[in-house]
Amino acid sequence: MIYLDNSATTKPYNEVIQSFMKVATTYYGNPSSLHQFGVQAENLLSRSREQVAELLHVSSNEIIFTSGGTEGNNLAIKGVAMQYKSRGQHIITTNIEHDSVHEPFKQLEALGFNVTYVPVDSSGFVSPAAIESAMTDETILVSVMHVNNEIGTIQPIEEIGQILTNYSKVLFHVDHVQGIGKVPLSLADHKIDLCTLSGHKIHGLKGTGILYKRNGVQLHPLLSGGSQEMQHRSGTENVPGIVAFAKALRLTLEHAAQNQQKMQKIKAELVDKLSAHERITINTPAEHSAPHIINFTAQGIKGEVFVHALEEKGVFVSTTSACSSKRKKPSKTLLAIGKNYEEADQSIRLSLSGLNDYNEVTPIVNAIFTVIEDLKKVMR
Amino acid sequence: MIYNHILIRYGEISTKGQNRKKFVAQLRKNIVTALSAFQNIHVKYTRDRMYIHLNGENHEPIIERLQQIFGIQSFSLALKVENELEAIQEAALEAMKEFDIEGKTFKVSTRRAYKQFPLDTNELNYAVGSHVLRNTEHLQVNVKEPSVNVRVEVRSEATYITCFDYRGAGGLPVGTSGKAMLMLSGGIDSPVAGYLAMKRGLEIEAVHFYSPPFTSERSKQKVIDLTQKLTAYHEKVKLHIVPFTAVQQAIQKQIPENYTMTSTRRMMLRITDLIREKNESLAIVTGDSLGQVASQTVESMYAINEVTNTPILRPLVTMDKTEIVEIARKIDTHEISNRPYEDCCTIFTPSSPKTKPKREKINRYEQFYDFETLIQEAVNNVETLEMTASSATNTADNVEDLF
Repeated sequence: MIYLDNSATTKPYNEVIQSFMKVATTYYGNPSSLHQFGVQAENLLSRSREQVAELLHVSSNEIIFTSGGTEGNNLAIKGVAMQYKSRGQHIITTNIEHDSVHEPFKQLEALGFNVTYVPVDSSGFVSPAAIESAMTDETILVSVMHVNNEIGTIQPIEEIGQILTNYSKVLFHVDHVQGIGKVPLSLADHKIDLCTLSGHKIHGLKGTGILYKRNGVQLHPLLSGGSQEMQHRSGTENVPGIVAFAKALRLTLEHAAQNQQKMQKIKAELVDKLSAHERITINTPAEHSAPHIINFTAQGIKGEVFVHALEEKGVFVSTTSACSSKRKKPSKTLLAIGKNYEEADQSIRLSLSGLNDYNEVTPIVNAIFTVIEDLKKVMR
Repeated sequence: MIYNHILIRYGEISTKGQNRKKFVAQLRKNIVTALSAFQNIHVKYTRDRMYIHLNGENHEPIIERLQQIFGIQSFSLALKVENELEAIQEAALEAMKEFDIEGKTFKVSTRRAYKQFPLDTNELNYAVGSHVLRNTEHLQVNVKEPSVNVRVEVRSEATYITCFDYRGAGGLPVGTSGKAMLMLSGGIDSPVAGYLAMKRGLEIEAVHFYSPPFTSERSKQKVIDLTQKLTAYHEKVKLHIVPFTAVQQAIQKQIPENYTMTSTRRMMLRITDLIREKNESLAIVTGDSLGQVASQTVESMYAINEVTNTPILRPLVTMDKTEIVEIARKIDTHEISNRPYEDCCTIFTPSSPKTKPKREKINRYEQFYDFETLIQEAVNNVETLEMTASSATNTADNVEDLF
């Protein structure tokens, strides 16, 4: 089998699973307990925090462990909105964000916040100038993803951050879930106040993640209770998952440069071969896109059908993002960049990880071409 | 710009006359140990300078590390070249290229320790300065307030060119003033006292009083972490953990409440003094700051200090809390010290400790009980940990592979 759905989730590294098992079976104390057993768990927790902080070049008290990307995005967005609403009630995002950003904005809109959804251009890029012109005296938050999960565009986070240095009241949140390990981004620079990461996208485990919160930024907690995670996220910490996250992040970043090169090479080859096919249009822009995502439309073939046909050949891919595919919604990003409903409905996303191999290119391309041949006879 | 050397200036050591060699050798030893991770470097010294030959190592992490080593007044990235005018001109130009920006000014100041060099100071200043001017676009000369002072040091073996000084940590090399025992509580003050003692060249061994079950594993971890922080200034720091429960319980039973604090401090001091003797050290360092708490009035100090005539050094004695906190933040111990766990000083604090205890009284109270045996027992059961700059902060059993 060839697994090409790494933007949905990745295979956990064996070393990560081993850490998880060892912690879950041996160090199962509650880190908040006073006894020695609790202390051990607490030590593991602070070691994890320090390791994550070191890897990201930030301070350990800027790391909040979460249950993953969705929670991180929700906590950042709602946390800021609720905390700073007295400073203003205008918030800005783009129209191609992941649902875990988009929906919190919708919720806040329903609560009376003014939201600007900045559109992207026909390649899928948001313009820093458009963000700036959306800014009002009431603005308190800008949230922009780093790498788009559907077509892989890399947004100009540095430039947006640069603009935001002139707006001291505005906080900047970056959804870095698809970017980490694939496209370098320095959290400590670019005026990033909040940044979301998820464990299972980097060969860690589902249900783990972090929210980076720059020192000095206040957040209204979503979960209150036992005051864990410096009051930002109550609930007994998932120590095995957190340790596993710290390890996954280390392994991912250690191999990042090498894996990026590898994925870039596979991606270039795939794009090259696929784009030669008359029915295929590559939706991922050639420039400024992440090394692991290729999105294309196969004219006349429904994405969902394509996925299943490829599955029979042992190739696992997805339509749009995994999260929205079950709801049978066509790719929001493709619609936003001006594709029509049909084109969006006929799109496929291949997403790579460092575990993919260059030798897989030919079988992938063959499978895709065969499927197109088979299906075009029956679909029109 | 690739520098090939770091030039280190000693500062206070240079006033040491006959003993100077000893100081310089200790400084070299400390530098070599601190930089042991950088395998290619070579450290050489002369009477008044030390040179680190970088041999291709990245200078940035080395600079960071050097800033924590006591005994260094200042240091500079340097280019070492042969004693030839052309080589000197080229190197100076190379070093100045990164400053070739609108508005930047420079001057050249030559020091000619090697008098045989054919050009004299003024000629060399002129020759180097004009070469830089001719070959850059934006730089201008300003001899009064230059943005960059290009220093050319002609010595018999080579010429060194430096443009920018880093401030060193100052003080004396750790180890040149002997060894002292630091009474380390886990509070904000004592780690700062340890840091300042090290700054004056003292090697430190920490002594901590641990009273399970009244104080927890977490409070012990706190002290381990603090000790770890101090290893930034000296590779190895020992931590002696004294089992103190029995002594504290005996004090609670035996001594009138308002005198328990005084007695506790006396017992701690006696125990520390015995550990000091065992470890061949000649002084004790504490975090006392005059008037801060009941045990730190002169009357209290007088009553407590009675049990030993070992020198007790109190680097913080005249400092305000804000000054102490400022240093604690600088040396990164403040956050650890603020962790909210009971320590042996807080656990049995009487509601109104005597601020002016009397020696006669405390002596009288203590004489009815055989504290000597308990003290000996505590000393015999001391657990000693050796922290090094590279040792992990985690004491839980083998967890390395988890991360």
